[in-house]
Amino acid sequence: MEILLVVAVLAVVVLAGGLLVRQRGGRRGGVVELEPPVAPTSGGVAVEEAPTPEAPTEQQLPPEVVVAEDEVFEPPVVHPEVAVETTTRPRFRDRLVKARSRFTDALGALRGSKIDDSAWEDLEVALLSADVGVAATEELLEAVRATVTERRLTEGDELLEVLKDEMRARLGGFDTSLKTAEQSPTVWLLVGVNGVGKTTTAGKLAHRETTAGHSVMLAAGDTFRAAAAEQLGMWAQRTGADIVRGADGGDPSAVVYDAIEAAAARGCDLVIADTAGRLHTKSNLMEELGKVRRVADRGAGTVTEALLVLDATTGQNGLVQAQQFTEAVELTGVVLTKLDGSAKGGIVLAIEAQLGIPVKLVGLGEAAGDLVEFDADEFVEALFS
Amino acid sequence: MFETLSDRFDTIFSRLRGRGKLSESDVDEVLREIRVALLEADVALPVVKTFVARVREQAVGEQVSQALNPAQQVIKIVHAELIAILGGETFKLSFASKPPTVVLMAGLQGSGKTTNTAKLARWFKAQGRNPLMVGADLQRPAAVEQLRTLGEQIDVPVFSEPSDPVAVAAAGLEHARRTGRDVLLVDTAGRLAIDAELMDEVRRISEAVQPDYTLLVVDAMTGQDAVSTAEAFHATLELDGVILTKLDGDARGGAALSVREVVGRPIAFASTGEKLDDFDLFHPDRLAGRILGMGDVLSLIEKAEQVYEAEEAEAAAARLMEGRFTLEDFLHQLQQIKKMGPLSGIMGMLPGVPKEVRNAEIDDRQVGRVEAMIRSMTPAERAEPTIIDGSRRARIAVGSGTTPNDISMLVKQFTEMQRMMKKMGGAGSKKALSKSRKGKKRKGPGGGRVTARGGPATPMPDLAAELEAHMGRVGGARSAGGKLPPADDLTLPGLP
Ligand SMILES: Nc1nc2c(ncn2[C@@H]2O[C@H](COP(=O)(O)OP(=O)(O)OP(=O)(O)O)[C@@H](O)[C@H]2O)c(=O)[nH]1
Ligand SMILES: Nc1nc2c(ncn2[C@@H]2O[C@H](COP(=O)(O)OP(=O)(O)OP(=O)(O)O)[C@@H](O)[C@H]2O)c(=O)[nH]1
Ligand SMILES: [Mg+2]
Ligand SMILES: [Mg+2]
Repeated sequence: MEILLVVAVLAVVVLAGGLLVRQRGGRRGGVVELEPPVAPTSGGVAVEEAPTPEAPTEQQLPPEVVVAEDEVFEPPVVHPEVAVETTTRPRFRDRLVKARSRFTDALGALRGSKIDDSAWEDLEVALLSADVGVAATEELLEAVRATVTERRLTEGDELLEVLKDEMRARLGGFDTSLKTAEQSPTVWLLVGVNGVGKTTTAGKLAHRETTAGHSVMLAAGDTFRAAAAEQLGMWAQRTGADIVRGADGGDPSAVVYDAIEAAAARGCDLVIADTAGRLHTKSNLMEELGKVRRVADRGAGTVTEALLVLDATTGQNGLVQAQQFTEAVELTGVVLTKLDGSAKGGIVLAIEAQLGIPVKLVGLGEAAGDLVEFDADEFVEALFS
Repeated sequence: MFETLSDRFDTIFSRLRGRGKLSESDVDEVLREIRVALLEADVALPVVKTFVARVREQAVGEQVSQALNPAQQVIKIVHAELIAILGGETFKLSFASKPPTVVLMAGLQGSGKTTNTAKLARWFKAQGRNPLMVGADLQRPAAVEQLRTLGEQIDVPVFSEPSDPVAVAAAGLEHARRTGRDVLLVDTAGRLAIDAELMDEVRRISEAVQPDYTLLVVDAMTGQDAVSTAEAFHATLELDGVILTKLDGDARGGAALSVREVVGRPIAFASTGEKLDDFDLFHPDRLAGRILGMGDVLSLIEKAEQVYEAEEAEAAAARLMEGRFTLEDFLHQLQQIKKMGPLSGIMGMLPGVPKEVRNAEIDDRQVGRVEAMIRSMTPAERAEPTIIDGSRRARIAVGSGTTPNDISMLVKQFTEMQRMMKKMGGAGSKKALSKSRKGKKRKGPGGGRVTARGGPATPMPDLAAELEAHMGRVGGARSAGGKLPPADDLTLPGLP
């Protein structure tokens, strides 16, 4: 029986695949937008087209579920017992120093020695062990080799400097500041696969912006994961930000839309929207995310940042993630989290090189203050010092 | 974008096709490719090194003695080596003589500990046990709340109190004893392997509850860091096994190889989704088979069994091989397959589907167009599409909102497939028909829209040969009792 199933499935799928591919061949430009305009209904609830029947969303209850009463938590006027960390912002180097041993070891032999085969091998090992990836490593070393030949370098230290320069050139030169809209409210959207640190980053950003004197509205766009809204709610409490939540299992774009409207109504500057973790391979969920972004742009607010939250431990899959997420929401940058661990986050080199998406922020811990702006010099220095 | 590991092996193997002997430099070339492929699959560098060295040793040695089919020999060795790393001993779970059986969950932040604590509780419950979950993560906001919510979903109680993680764990154990719970699952906070303080905390939790099983929860997307993380947790906690999570994505899962190799403990469970029933025992042979480009045939069969009825599939397949498969049948099959999920997803599970097809842009909405075309045909046309002439074509096109050209294309491809199938039917595959097993019928999930990206649209090169190769192999696979074929029987796409 099994063999029959496989044969039948194989034949039909391949045939169908062939047909569909051919038919699409002549068409231009990917997916047809089936998006009707969003019309806010009474009660400020965004009503979106229900997903087409053949595309049920996995994470969602029946599509016509409309967000129930949003709870808007008014923060107390006085700052709650926020454990505001008044310490100076953490620097890469301080945090990375304990995690860096392996990388440093790999390159220790280079210093004070001549450029030879083993020196090149050391570089390769160092880059590969940092998750830079085979292709990006080859490309980097190719560039370094050209310079070394051209300048007739012979010393290991020089070799290292050339590599650093190459890496800086690839990582630097991007504007890492987070943009705000000319007219409030500004909307920042956090997206990414499961468990990378989206909610935490939303909390950290809220902390940063409220500390800077801005009024912040958090949007609990994760209506799926257990206690996701509670988690963000605790960050709202900690940071004194407002929060808009929807019903569990509700439409995330409606929640985000409501949060933006609520922010506009009470004169909030900034909406930070958390979203549910989703694997980039789940097309229905990626489509849902695209919708969140489009809907967020329709109302009173403007989405100026769509940030991919990327776990520094992520391997080569990170590049595919960036590619798929940018296709869904047009990423403006990457937040590289958990860089306080032993992982190096080298995949961002490939992401910047291939997709031109810059790292804007770095997560260096679980506390509110553990978020710093990305700095290419420090990143590279910290990796090599 | 880099190729998948299977694609890479496909490329290597097809290049080796037809070569009589494998010289030492051939072996080196293959091994270089395998090294790159493994690195791109996130296998940790040291593990790649030992793996490649072992394969090389065997490949060169064996070749001298018997130069039968060198390409197959190397592949056999690679395959066996992968199985050796991933499989070996399997995870065996026995219950403590003095209940409760205690399971401790540990891992990096966000790896999936809390979710999989609940999945495991559900799994134990399904085996007639009475689990209790302990929320010992007092660090992350709403972590206990998350566990409680999950506990409600599966009707398993959760114990926690706002004190200190070690105290909570100890009190949880006490609570389990008092309330007659026979399995205790302890969820802990995520922690970095280099965080000495928190690593010490989890060690103290472990001391307090004396776990029978300590499981490391590892994200399948993890890169090179998997090795140092696994080493550190193993050094602190003496792991018994690993739960590999987020396998529902497209990460190659090389981390599994790394962890398995450095910790030497089995991967016990596979977590394949956010829902609590997306959880199963880990099948090393499946992962190894996938790595070798054999497709995930076993998962495919499982899915198919959910939507197909045995007799119906048999009848369709019989017609298929005898060349009596009509467009009517095709329409029906298409609808069945749609129940199994998006087409591109299924394609990914098929062994050796040419990567041009696998990566090509497949939009499931287009399936609707094909269906519409067939629906606009008369029964006679469906049974014998060759009768479709210009005027019929025009009518069908109008009826289905397509163009006459689309109709020609459909008919042409369909006839091609029919011819091919007939050829295969004669090629001795029919004996498989007699071998049948009862299928279960369950409703599968509906398919979502999928837009795969990628390569040029050049589908179906040499499909007959491909199909033939797979059929032989698939039959072998199942006759070996659900396991992969023994390495001796291993044939790969396009190999002599
Ligand atoms: N060490 C460290 N941990 C972090 C960092 N950022 C987030 N985390 C932790 O990572 C874990 C997951 O973070 P979340 O913010 O819940 O991740 P998420 O992306 O919202 O997860 P889902 O919503 O479940 O997909 C939590 O334990 C966080 O405390 C960081 O920069 N460093
Ligand atoms: N797609 C997918 N998501 C998963 C899987 N396992 C867990 N997740 C998701 O991954 C995210 C993190 O899972 P958690 O269980 O909160 O992870 P954790 O290790 O407890 O996180 P911390 O306690 O913050 O360290 C959640 O969004 C889960 O739904 C899986 O197998 N597949
Ligand atoms: Mg979250
Ligand atoms: Mg947890």
